[in-house]
Formats: sequence, C-alpha cells, structure tokens
Amino acid sequence: MSGHTFQNKAIRWIDERMPIFTVMQHSAIDYPTPKNLNYWWNFGSLALFVLVIMLMTGIFLAMSYTPHVDYAFTSVERIMRDVNYGWLLRYLHMNGASMFFIVVYIHIFRGLYYGSYKAPRELLWWLGIVILLVMMATAFMGYVLPWGQMSFWGATVITNLFSAIPLVGEDIVTWLWGGFSVDNPTLNRFFALHYLLPFVLVAVVFLHLWALHTTKSGNPLGIDVKGPQDTIPFHPYYTIKDLFGVGVFLLFYLFFVFYAPNFFGEPDNYIPANPLVTPPHIVPEWYFLPFYAILRAVPDKLGGVVLMFGSILILFALPWLDRSRVRSARFRPIYKQVFWLFLIDCIVLGYIGAKPPEGAFITIGRIATAYYFAHFLIVMPLLGRLEKPRPVPQSISAPVLKPAAATAQMEKV
Amino acid sequence: MRKFIIGTLAAAGMAASTAALAAGGDQQITDVDWSWEGIFGSYDHAQLRRGFQVYREICGNCHSMNLIYYRNLQQIGLTEDQVKEVAAEKEVEDGPNDDGEMFMRPALPSDHFVAPFPNDQAARVANNGALPPDLSLMTKARLKGPDYVYSLMTGYQDPPEGVEVAEGMNYNVAFPGHQIAMAPQIFDEMVTYEDGTQATADQITKDVVAFLNWAAEPELEQRKSMGLKTMLFLIVLTAMFFALKRRIWAAVH
Ligand code: HEC
Ligand code: HEM
Repeated sequence: MSGHTFQNKAIRWIDERMPIFTVMQHSAIDYPTPKNLNYWWNFGSLALFVLVIMLMTGIFLAMSYTPHVDYAFTSVERIMRDVNYGWLLRYLHMNGASMFFIVVYIHIFRGLYYGSYKAPRELLWWLGIVILLVMMATAFMGYVLPWGQMSFWGATVITNLFSAIPLVGEDIVTWLWGGFSVDNPTLNRFFALHYLLPFVLVAVVFLHLWALHTTKSGNPLGIDVKGPQDTIPFHPYYTIKDLFGVGVFLLFYLFFVFYAPNFFGEPDNYIPANPLVTPPHIVPEWYFLPFYAILRAVPDKLGGVVLMFGSILILFALPWLDRSRVRSARFRPIYKQVFWLFLIDCIVLGYIGAKPPEGAFITIGRIATAYYFAHFLIVMPLLGRLEKPRPVPQSISAPVLKPAAATAQMEKV
Repeated sequence: MRKFIIGTLAAAGMAASTAALAAGGDQQITDVDWSWEGIFGSYDHAQLRRGFQVYREICGNCHSMNLIYYRNLQQIGLTEDQVKEVAAEKEVEDGPNDDGEMFMRPALPSDHFVAPFPNDQAARVANNGALPPDLSLMTKARLKGPDYVYSLMTGYQDPPEGVEVAEGMNYNVAFPGHQIAMAPQIFDEMVTYEDGTQATADQITKDVVAFLNWAAEPELEQRKSMGLKTMLFLIVLTAMFFALKRRIWAAVH
C-alpha cells in the first residue's frame, strides 16, 4: 500500500504517521478501473452526490424546523417564506429524496442487468440492500416531518402495519407511536431518527465502497479483469466521466427544483395534519408504490406485510437464486428478455400502488405480485439451468481494441 | 440501452399517474393560461393588487390567510403607508401590559392577516356548520390548484335534473361531489378597480386566483429567475465537462 512518495513535505509528514494520502491516492486516483464501463456505472457516484446534498440541505433545514405537532407545519412554511433561500433548501431536499430513489433504483437495475451481485460481489450487493432499507426508513420518517395530511395519514397507515404481527403487534405499534395514536411523541422520535439515519447511511456507504474497492468494479461484459491492459486509473478517466454525469444529473434535478418543485409531491400535504379528517386517497410517495401494491395484493394483513418486506429481503438471496455462471445479460439471451419483463412488472406494480384497490386493479396487482416473486424463485433458478449463454469474450481489451471497424460503423449511423 | 431509457421514463410516468389519480372522476376543471406559468412566467403585480382587493372585500369575510403578514404586501407593490393603513383596519389582541391586562390594538405590518373569526368553531357557526378553509396555501393544496379555484368560483350551475341539492348546499361542477357549502361569491361589478380594469366576474376571479397563487408561492419569481441563470450556467459547465471527457478519453477509445 505505501510506497507512494509525496513531493509536499507537510503531506509526507502526515502520511508517514497516518497514510491517509496514500489511501486517497490509492482509491481515488490510481484505483484501477475497467476501461469499458458504460454510463450505467455513473449512478453509484451520483447516489453519493445526492447523499451529500441531502445531508447538507437537511442540516440547514433542521436549524429552522420545529418538531412539534402545533408548530411543524408552520415552521416549514416559515422556512419557505421567511428564511433566506429557505424555499431553495426545502425544494432541494424534497426533490432530492425523489432523485435519490431514481438514481438508486437505476443503480440497482444496473446491478440486476449486469449480474453485479454475483461472486465475488455478494457482500457489496448485501450492503447495497441495507442501504436501500435505511434509505426507505429515512424517507418515510422525513415525509412525516412537515405534518401535512399525507404525513399524518401515511404515518398512521404504515405504522399500523406492525399491528399485524401476532400477539405483540398492538404493543409494538403503541411503542412506535409513544402513545395511542400518531401524535407529538411520534413526530419527535421521527425527527430524531430522521436526523440520525443519514449518518448511518454514510457509514454503510463507506462499507459498500470498501467492499467495492476490494472486489473492484464489474463491467458490462461481466468478465474478470485479466491484467493492467484491461484497466485505466480512476483519475482522470472516471473523475471526469463522473463529473459529466453530475452535470447532466443536476440539469435534470434542478429543473424540477426550479420549475416543477411539487411534481413528485401530493397536494394534500399542503393541508395541515388533521386527525379528524381522513383524505379520500392515502397514497405513499411514488418510490414506495410498488411495495404498497404488493402489500395490498394479499387479502390477509399479516400476509401482505410479510410479502412486502419479503419483496426486498429476497434480494439478499439473489446471488444464490441466480444459478447462471455468466454475469452480464449481454451474453444471456433469455435473461436479457426476462430482465425487461421484470422491470415492466415493477412499473405495473407502481401503477397499481397508486390506484384504489378495486375491480381490475386488484387482479392485476395480484398477478404482478405473483410474477415479482416468481421471477426470483422460479425464473432465475430455472434459467441458470436451462439457458445456453452465448460465448463471452476473452478479455476486456479484446473487444474494446479489436472492432475498430464496428466503432466506425456506429459513428456513421 | 434504449429500452432502459424508456423504462426509466416509464417509471417517471408512474409518479405522474399518482397525481392523475387524485384528480378523481367528474370534476370539470378549466385550463386557464396564467401569467406565471412556464419557464419565463412571472406575476402581473397590478393583477396581484386587484386580487388582494377582492380578497379584502369579499373572501376575507369568511376565509383566513394565516400564513401571510401585512408586510408581505409590499412585495406586490403596496407602499409602506398603504400597508400600515390596510393593517390598521383590523384589531389584534396584545399584551399583557404593565397592569397585566390584555388589550386590543390596531394590527401592524408585522402581524399576520387577522382572521375573520376567532376560532374554527365560530367560523362554522357563521357558515351553516361548514368551515371556510384557510386560503394561504389553497392553490398548492389542490390538484392543478389555480385552475381548480378558478373553476370552483365560476362553476356554480343549476343542478341537473334528478339531482337533489342538500339544504344550505350549492351545486358546483368543479367541487368534488358537486355540493359545496359556499354560496356563489363573485358577480360582475362586485368590486370597483382603481386602475380602471373592467370588473367582470371572470376578471375578478382570475385576479383573486393570481393573488392566492402569489400567497402560496411568493418565491416563484425569484425561483424562476434563479433557475434560468442556474440552468444556463449548468448547460455550459456540462458541455465543458463533456468536451473534456472526450479529450481525456480520446486515447482509450
Ligand atoms: C360567506 C362566506 C364565504 C365567502 C365570502 C367566501 N367563501 Fe369560500 N368557502 C366558504 C365555505 C363555508 C367553504 C367550505 C365549503 C365546503 O366545505 O363545503 C368555502 C370553501 C372555499 C374553497 C375550498 C374548496 C375546496 O376545495 O375545499 C375555496 C378555494 C374558496 N372557498 C375560495 C373562496 C374565494 C376565492 C372567495 C372570495 C372570492 C371565497 N371563497 C369567499 C365560505 C365563503
Ligand atoms: C446511498 C446509496 C448508494 C451509494 C452512495 C452507492 C455507491 C456506489 C458506488 C460509488 C459504486 C461504484 C460505481 C458504480 O458501480 O456505479 C457502487 C457500486 C455498486 N453498488 Fe452501490 N451505492 C448505493 C446504493 C446501492 C444499492 C441500494 C445497491 C443494491 C441493492 C447497490 C449495489 C451496488 C453494486 C452491486 C455495485 C458494484 C457494481 C459493479 O461494479 O458491477 N448500491 N455503489
């Protein structure tokens, strides 16, 4: 690891006592990265970028926010109206949550497509799922803080799910609430946890990156790096590529912040929470909709809760459910189709989650839920046995260097 | 790859469908062209002042606007003296004074808009049991808020045959369920505009909706102008990143 000598004396002095600069040099500059990563590999660094934005805007919002049922709503409006650039902070944070999920969902589907979860990256994948779970908890509690109608009723519906647990369910719900309904103690603890969990996220992301830097990045071909000819140093190649990604991402993100800041939101959340008036449709934030659909697909409450959590937990088992030894879908003719089916299934679930549970929506929701689980429990294991993968290339540099003709052709199109 | 992009877009569409859901069946909402829509949209400040006049003379008799301060009116072009005058029309409780007594005093620019009723119960009693909601965030608290409020205020009609309208209720094509406790409020020539604008019912409605939208989104103009500068800057920056990326990667490809 050591062996790098720095010109600057001060840096050398520190590095000899604690090799922080060597580590940085190692993992952010020299770090050997496959040369053939496509733009789907940008989404990890984008997720990190959003996480930092969420932390920064969140901390400043917390300086002006009051976690009390009588003041929460108005304190948020004070931020919008009277705090300098408070509207910007809040809209960045609010839309940032949606961006975080968009980015991370793409990041996950990238992993699914290219088989990033397979050996030796299982632990990296697991840490990713832990990140997803912590993110969801954070987003859920954050949504409660402005104490609008959807905050209150969303919190009531979701916390009530735990009452489905046999025997101790009711006690657990009372314990979560800190009382006998969603009320001031609930809001207080949700604020405390919403402030805490992002820092837990930072820690898990650190582990995620540690695991990444141990196994190194995969690549679109899904084959192992064979030697130095297959990699390029992270800096400047991927620093500039990630920066370009950040630029494009910011254009997308800030468009919403400046021109459609409430696009992802619910109008009802601009009505102060009122325990006596139930809104006609209680819908969670869009990023929970597929899971909400799974929850409601089961007529039994406990069954619904189990399936809902199961739909995420099943991702932990994916490295063993997928028996194929080929990572990338590029060389898996059937899985390549199945992947899109699965993505469509998730979108259908999201659509159903937004609809009232009636008529055809119930049937479609059940079929889509069944397919969701069938994808993991039946299709993936079967494919591993039945599918005949196409031959994979010898090495990364082989296909990158060879078909100069192919590249020329593509440019013509 | 292209499919992936389509998939991503579909996911975004999913978010939009949530919104579509809340719109609910048979409300008739008219799409109005508002001056503040679009990337270059901004408020017409004369219109905002007219809208405030409508609120002050009509809606303010029943609806509070608790989030707005009198001082905020300077933003739409009232002078400091005019704001003081408007505020002083209302009284607020203050105190305790040196004798430990609460007392009434004229409102100041630093006070919130004084609500027409001391509490929700009093508001209900005066309105046949229905509560006139606070209007500070009304255009954000309803789907397609400005269009909705416009359609609501102009949506009073005779009920179609066979439809029973309950006692004290009014038939309205924009309101969910079509029966609203608020009677029609806006008629031609109901207010007299100082700037000579013709006070048709349509004009009055548009003016008050503009005012309500300003109240809900007072940051809108600052937001859009900042957005424009930021986006232009980002486009240039991103283009430079892209050029640099191509340059650096030229040797690899
Ligand atoms: C005489 C009292 C009164 C006046 C004056 C009045 N309203 Fe109302 N308004 C009500 C009541 C009562 C309700 C509640 C209706 C209900 O829930 O059925 C209401 C409801 C509303 C709503 C909410 C509808 C919804 O979707 O829940 C809006 C918007 C509204 N009024 C706008 C206005 C505007 C704008 C004006 C001024 C032009 C105005 N009102 C003047 C009494 C009044
Ligand atoms: C806060 C959220 C997250 C951050 C900041 C983050 C960060 C990163 C970064 C920087 C990379 C390397 C660049 C890349 O491959 O895109 C990466 C790789 C990876 N991440 Fe994440 N990630 C997050 C969430 C997740 C989640 C939720 C999962 C899956 C459930 C996941 C699974 C993976 C996998 C499998 C890789 C390796 C991909 C490969 O090299 O082939 N990550 N992550």
